[in-house]
Amino acid sequence: MTDILPFLKSLLNISGLSGFEGPASRLIEEKWRPLVDEMSVGRVGSLHALKKGNGKEPRPSLMIAAHMDAIGLQVSHIQDEFLHITKVGGIDIRVLPGLEVTVHGSGSEEELPGVIAMPPAQLLPESEGEGVIALNNLLVDTGLTASEVRKKVRVGDLVSFANEPLELADDVISGHSVDNRSSIVALTICLEELQKKSHAWDVWAIATVQEEVTYLGAYSSAYQLRPQLAIAVDVTHATGPGVSGWQTHPMDKGVGLCIGPNMHPFLHTRLKEVAERVEIPWFLDVAPGHSGTDAYPIQVTAEGIPTALVEFPIRYMHTPVESVSITDIQRTGRLLAEFVTSLEPAFMETIVWE
Amino acid sequence: MPPFGNTQLRLLERLCTAIAVSGDEGEVRKIVLAEIKPCVDEVRVDAMGNVLATRRGSGKNQMRVMLDAHMDEVGLMLVGEDGEGCYRFEMIGGIDVRHLVGKQVFVGKNHTPGVIGGKPVHLMSSEESKRKVSLDSMRIDLGLNGKANTGDRAGFATKFRRAGPSILSKAIDDRIGVATLIEILKNAPSNVEICAAFTVQEEIGLRGAKVAAQYFNPDLAIAIDSTPARDLPMHDGSENMVYNTKLGCGPAIYVADGSTLHDPRLVRFLRETAEAKKIPYQLRQPGGGGTDSGAIQRSLAGIPTVSVSVPHRYTHTPVSIARVDDWKNTLKLLQAALERLTPQLLVRN
Repeated sequence: MTDILPFLKSLLNISGLSGFEGPASRLIEEKWRPLVDEMSVGRVGSLHALKKGNGKEPRPSLMIAAHMDAIGLQVSHIQDEFLHITKVGGIDIRVLPGLEVTVHGSGSEEELPGVIAMPPAQLLPESEGEGVIALNNLLVDTGLTASEVRKKVRVGDLVSFANEPLELADDVISGHSVDNRSSIVALTICLEELQKKSHAWDVWAIATVQEEVTYLGAYSSAYQLRPQLAIAVDVTHATGPGVSGWQTHPMDKGVGLCIGPNMHPFLHTRLKEVAERVEIPWFLDVAPGHSGTDAYPIQVTAEGIPTALVEFPIRYMHTPVESVSITDIQRTGRLLAEFVTSLEPAFMETIVWE
Repeated sequence: MPPFGNTQLRLLERLCTAIAVSGDEGEVRKIVLAEIKPCVDEVRVDAMGNVLATRRGSGKNQMRVMLDAHMDEVGLMLVGEDGEGCYRFEMIGGIDVRHLVGKQVFVGKNHTPGVIGGKPVHLMSSEESKRKVSLDSMRIDLGLNGKANTGDRAGFATKFRRAGPSILSKAIDDRIGVATLIEILKNAPSNVEICAAFTVQEEIGLRGAKVAAQYFNPDLAIAIDSTPARDLPMHDGSENMVYNTKLGCGPAIYVADGSTLHDPRLVRFLRETAEAKKIPYQLRQPGGGGTDSGAIQRSLAGIPTVSVSVPHRYTHTPVSIARVDDWKNTLKLLQAALERLTPQLLVRN
């Protein structure tokens, strides 16, 4: 396995907010191109990479989808040199005051450094008091003058988190967009592993767009490619400070295999068997309702697609300091590759409902 | 006017990037000592960690002028270990707890990276998401088996960035004052004796300045600090009359703050100097807050004291913003004022 840390860090160092995934897409395309047989971009921007199997044609195909979009902010109003902002995706506004951001100024096609400012109490309504400051009272300050801002920034311009990833102890990486760029890396490891393995099925590696807002990429790509099976790869919650309970799992303890109505039980069983056979530690995760991942839309695309959800835990989801264990990413990539090679040409016929 | 350009900005960047939380100012002290040693006559580090340096002039009737800038910054201190690389912490200095969640920090002498995470919004009730994140619920997370020591300080991991006319950085308060004082020492006028005090523990009660003033016993003192600019729009669109200072309007001369009525002779002298030399300046709005001037003025038999600040936005947060020109003009004003100083200034009028 090659060292995937530089690739992960490069993915955590760029923007690529929902609907504007270009920067991420270009990096991923460059990385995947030598690993696959064909690449294309779907109608709404998802990246499609085909690694052909060696089975007889017409070959069945497996789609493995990881979303490449990230949450962030968008300029909603410009007042003098200050920018008012709105959310792109589900951000906890409490993390915003004092954050380093990049304003993607479309007026001058420049990346402008900025900070999210919590105005001093004297300037805010008394009702804001000591509590959480509402998003409409936060401002972005680029340090530029009003006339410079007028030239460079437009309503609708994106504002992304600017903090660079940090390498913490024990192979933990922390940064923004770990959800879900770390799954993109897991999928990359899968493709690398497949270089030296033989597999009967075609594999579509898909970096989907807009998961954080409408799942647009997942169902549109699934519709276009009509895979026989699909796996969504995404992150789940890790146990950590103040966070425990059934929705959470310890980091560095293995790969999460999710069950629930969005996931096909037969596929889950196969994943479990593969994990045990190749001795990759795994844990059971449950999603009693909406899994909140690309598995949700893919399952009901076209005539319905048997779908599984493979995950690994991160701390502090949807903050700029999401933290992940590299080991978990590697195990997930390996498990995906082992699953691919386990698929016999007639696997679909073995799927039975109880 | 002393030279001003990229060399000065690079020094400011090094000073801002160093972490020196009150009581643990070693990193900044090291830079200060290295920078000033070649250009001062005497230098010592006192019992508290203040750097006290003298640069003598050459003429007769030299006034002994204390110039003060504090080396410390607000920050965090690890107070207990929770296991799994997580540490409880307390705040040192006036930080608003709402700036902490979701931020990156560096811990201890080795700048061990850590993060202050937050509970995912997916896992809480809408009720809980409307409450601010309390200090006792936050941890500094160093990674699964990350190690630090109880008592280690932590500072924000923010980067120093340039943007148009501005700089964005942590700890502009008061590294910009420290950088100013270093530049003055390097280009000091010869008509005065400069008593330079790079002080500790300003953020927790002006403690270093007090003993520094007692050591120097100067004729007068100027505290060089960085003061909040609250020149943002009011939430309701009304005129902002509580801006304190404004970016881009030059050095802010203090008139009165929470602890000091600044010496009116010195306030007038600084204004006259600025006007004579056509240096832009502003008068900080009288009101709360304070600088080392409060401690210095009341030392010994009383010391005529004034305070000059480079304005910055977003005090005591991970990222403050200041204007390069305001800094340059602050340096210019102080330099010009020192050159014009005579003992007559302090004669009663």
